[in-house]
Amino acid sequence: MRGYWWKILTIVLLTYTFIAGFLIPVPDVGNLEQTIRNLFFHVPMWFGQLTLITVSLVYSILYLRKPEARHDIYASEFAKTGIVFGMLGLVTGMIWANYTWGAPWNNDPKQLGAAIALLIYLAYFILRNSMTDIDKRARVSAVYNIFAYFIYVPMIMVLPRMVESLHPGGKGVEGNPGFGGQDLDATMRTVFWPAVIGWILLGIWITTLRLRLQLLEEKKTYTSLAS
Amino acid sequence: MKKLILSIQSLLLGLSIYAQDIAPQTERVATGLRSDAKIYVVVAVLVTILAGLFVYIVRLDKKISRMEKS
Repeated sequence: MRGYWWKILTIVLLTYTFIAGFLIPVPDVGNLEQTIRNLFFHVPMWFGQLTLITVSLVYSILYLRKPEARHDIYASEFAKTGIVFGMLGLVTGMIWANYTWGAPWNNDPKQLGAAIALLIYLAYFILRNSMTDIDKRARVSAVYNIFAYFIYVPMIMVLPRMVESLHPGGKGVEGNPGFGGQDLDATMRTVFWPAVIGWILLGIWITTLRLRLQLLEEKKTYTSLAS
Repeated sequence: MKKLILSIQSLLLGLSIYAQDIAPQTERVATGLRSDAKIYVVVAVLVTILAGLFVYIVRLDKKISRMEKS
């Protein structure tokens, strides 16, 4: 129980999200109608991604402080799952935008920022795979990962707030009446935060599975080299 | 005898009227998963998919645990 309680929590929270997310009454906001329920599914993708790449950042810093191969593997696997979440966030956002903003791609600052940030993270893997020397790869990609994180955060969280954006929270929300923190009503909060936690935990779960496989592989090559 | 047939006939007629009266109503009043514009059907589908994915990930988790032990 000690080791896997959070996996049960993941299942409970996400099942709750998928049921309550469709059944609770939602406020009528602009032209969103029922699509406001996407808040329970699209937004947690970004919360999940931010969490995963933050963990990745921590392991990159740890690697630079103490170069252990384990830290490098952790950093890259957390970034990988983070990218998957980011891509899902981008695609779900485009579907939602098509029906509420009129087109899948509106050159919204947040859309652009997210797309650029994803490309920067994809470059992280190209960089990693371009090097055969394991130690060099780990060191260079740790440095790059730190750089990528500190480009990503302004791209997705700071810039969209300083310019006009269709997303909630931007300057001037013409065309789309956004819902900021105060517009998210109490009933929606009861689904939104469990959803966020559930998706974050699922991301961590998937990453730990990949990590365990990776470490097993590592052990196998090591033992075969030793024998 | 004639009286009996007549009375049964009137009874059946009454039943048929009753049936016609009730039939459209049972169609209109949706119950169970059909209520609320059948949104529960969508919820059922999504929960099934989610459950399938959970079963998959739990089994994968267990498989990796077994590999780690051996």
